[in-house]
Amino acid sequence: MAPPAEVLAVRGLSKTFPGVRALDDVDLTLHAGEVHALIGENGAGKSTLIKLLTGVYRPDAGEITFQGAEVSFATPLEAQKAGISTIYQEVNLIPLLSVARNLFLGREPRNRFGVLDIARMNSEAEEVLRGYGVRVDVRRPLRTLGVGAQQMVALARAVATDARIVIMDEPTSSLEPREVETLFSVIRGLRDAGIAVVYVSHRLDELYAVCSTVTVLRDGRRVHHGSLAELGRLDLVSTMLGRDLGEVRAEGLTKFSGDHQATDSEPVLEAHELTVPHRLHGVSVSIRPGEVVGLGGLLGSGRTETAKAISGALPVRSGRVTVAGVPLRGGSAAAAIRAGVSLLPEDRKSEGIVPGLSVRENIALAVLPRLSRFGLVSEARVDSVVDTFVTRLRIKASSPHQKVGELSGGNQQKVLLARWLAMNPKVLLLDEPTRGIDVGAKAEVQKLVDELAADGLGVLLISSDLEELIEGSDRVVVLKDGAVVGELTGDDVTEDKLMRTIAGDTAATAPAAEEVAGDG
Amino acid sequence: MAEATTLRTAPLDRARVLQWLQTYGVYAGVAALLVVNVVITPNFLTAENFRTQAVQVAPVIIVALGMALVIGTEGVDLSVGAVMALAASVTALYLGYGLLPALLAVALFAAAVGLANGALVALVGVQPIVATLALMVGGRGIALVLLPQLEDLRNPALASLGSGDVLGVPYLILIAAVLALLVAFTVRRTTFGRQLLAIGDSRPAAQLAGLPVRRVLIIVYVVCALLAAVAGVLATARLQASDPTSLGNLMELSAITAVVVGGTPLTGGRVNIAGTVAGAVLIQLLTATLIKHDLPPSWTQIAQAVVIVAAVYAARGRGRR
Ligand SMILES: Nc1ncnc2c1ncn2[C@@H]1O[C@H](COP(=O)(O)OP(=O)(O)OP(=O)(O)O)[C@@H](O)[C@H]1O
Ligand SMILES: [Mg+2]
Repeated sequence: MAPPAEVLAVRGLSKTFPGVRALDDVDLTLHAGEVHALIGENGAGKSTLIKLLTGVYRPDAGEITFQGAEVSFATPLEAQKAGISTIYQEVNLIPLLSVARNLFLGREPRNRFGVLDIARMNSEAEEVLRGYGVRVDVRRPLRTLGVGAQQMVALARAVATDARIVIMDEPTSSLEPREVETLFSVIRGLRDAGIAVVYVSHRLDELYAVCSTVTVLRDGRRVHHGSLAELGRLDLVSTMLGRDLGEVRAEGLTKFSGDHQATDSEPVLEAHELTVPHRLHGVSVSIRPGEVVGLGGLLGSGRTETAKAISGALPVRSGRVTVAGVPLRGGSAAAAIRAGVSLLPEDRKSEGIVPGLSVRENIALAVLPRLSRFGLVSEARVDSVVDTFVTRLRIKASSPHQKVGELSGGNQQKVLLARWLAMNPKVLLLDEPTRGIDVGAKAEVQKLVDELAADGLGVLLISSDLEELIEGSDRVVVLKDGAVVGELTGDDVTEDKLMRTIAGDTAATAPAAEEVAGDG
Repeated sequence: MAEATTLRTAPLDRARVLQWLQTYGVYAGVAALLVVNVVITPNFLTAENFRTQAVQVAPVIIVALGMALVIGTEGVDLSVGAVMALAASVTALYLGYGLLPALLAVALFAAAVGLANGALVALVGVQPIVATLALMVGGRGIALVLLPQLEDLRNPALASLGSGDVLGVPYLILIAAVLALLVAFTVRRTTFGRQLLAIGDSRPAAQLAGLPVRRVLIIVYVVCALLAAVAGVLATARLQASDPTSLGNLMELSAITAVVVGGTPLTGGRVNIAGTVAGAVLIQLLTATLIKHDLPPSWTQIAQAVVIVAAVYAARGRGRR
């Protein structure tokens, strides 16, 4: 068998943004049928490399050879037409268009008269998506789908175009294990068809499961490349972080200490029978101070909705929330925040960051009234809060005045965490807190959650990373189709039990009756 | 740093030029017009001429200040001209009771229009352009119902407001300057200002961050209407006549132009007050120059259009690549 053909060769690619050398003299080679892992810390330059390849940004230096010819794409569309199909890190579909329109954007089926054939488009879209395990009404606007389902649509779209290279920038960050499996089988299919895949993820398991080769970036430089299997997991992490192997080994890869003081004190938060039409059917959760309660369940099981309903971001039809015994007047995020309940939303891009404002303004956003007197902002106090959190969370920005929209995904997430920690909340609702965060920072965030719980904060943790959910939570409330179907406590908090509860094996666990019993 | 400079390529340079243009272009434009006029316009460098120009531009600046705030929230207020007309009518109606009661009445009417705009936008969720269009048409209608035709006003207090001065500086200019400083301070240093910008940049995020989105939006529209009313009263005072038919006509466009030319993007999240003032001045100078040299009014409009296109082009280049 002849060696597979080289599809892409990148030489000496460099890119400088004002104040940051995002990419410095990076090489990359891809062969047909290769699944190539691209890995590095938050802000290492992975997304920048991808955006240079696909014409989103223009390189300062370096050349790109695609299928034997030197190329320089002016726009992502050009790259896509040439055969480089990309799923960008931030889902890049059009929220108001229907699911089907998004799927076929730019290559809609037309009838004989050249008119858009909507019926055919919808039925084909439905069929394609079913193949990816997404069952939705394809006529609905895309934004009505959860982030995970949107990622699957983006995937289907990227794969459906006739590509030689498919690039995936953190495609699994909001996917469930089952969907990740679907994704993997799609990737294997691409590989067998001789298509090269670039795969970016902070989840090491996934890399080892599908990738054959690896490129490690650190601070914009390529620090390692070669076969992935030959590089051990700890080696990978130490190359990536630029730290000693021994140091990494000593610290281990997960940072949760395990159990917290599951105190017997009164719950700091009680949500009672929350009902939202079509989404939640009487969900009850209670959290005691110092406790981390996990919400388990599949995509669409109502975890995000539960968090949003508690935080007042989603209006409930019935049910009530009390914080430290005081009922919360529902329907407003502001009221919940005043009462000490903060939500880190799942959709960081559209509901979290304020992209045009600086890191500083974003961190201070919620806490601003407290740092002000008579409506006048005290810049000194803002600076001190911002300094504290930039240091504590190790937020990587060229300065506190850099726009948040320019930060790497992981650092944006840290800015959001800082925004809420600055509020000194009683209860923190974390919806996918480590989504898109590198292993180093992830460990930091997990350690932080631990510390916060130890300080008496109540935490609600939602994570599609099962390991994180299991290790981080003292107790897991399992949701299915918008209702509580079980609760795991103590030694029952295991991955296996969780999967069985989700699957409906109720024998594994008692129904969650006790948690609402206190209300009478 | 030297290394970074040599590595930078053409596209980035163009982006930087555009960015520079968007931030400082308006000042460069004002400076250029001043220089050109000094050379080609006779009697340009007289105190009298500067006074006239400043008095003419003051109401536009005042309206544009409010407009800049509204645009900062990713909105727009088309009803400012109508509010000026309403202010003129109400002044005429209540001047009999004295200047102060008349001003109070004007403030009430204007606040009502602002509240209506704000409520439509913030509570009902109507698009700003549609909501304020309704008030633009309706507001002038009410103004004309209250006072169907031009009416001369003979009130010494009002007259001195329109043409009096302190140490040679007309009240009009002083008021515009104080208001500009006040608004700039509000945007930069107050919680309200920061919240306004956050809402303009990403409303869902601001909402989830617990910001009082509705309250801020309503206040912004009320403030914009009040500023337009101030401009309306001052213009009426200067004319010494209430003219609800034509006062404030096309003012919304002048104000929007000043804001955009001054480097405030229509997409919200940023407000440039100094630029807005300079934008109003730029348009004023441009118009005055063309008129002084006896060019037909159509030329003025074409020149304005060119300036707007240039401003929008510079804005488009920002933040890309
Ligand atoms: N448009 C931009 N303007 C200025 N700086 C930018 C811009 N885009 C990226 N950067 C900077 O370039 C660096 C690399 O960012 P990049 O998004 O490539 O990181 P990443 O490796 O994809 O990180 P993550 O894992 O968090 O997604 C970061 O320091 C980031 O702040
Ligand atoms: Mg990235």
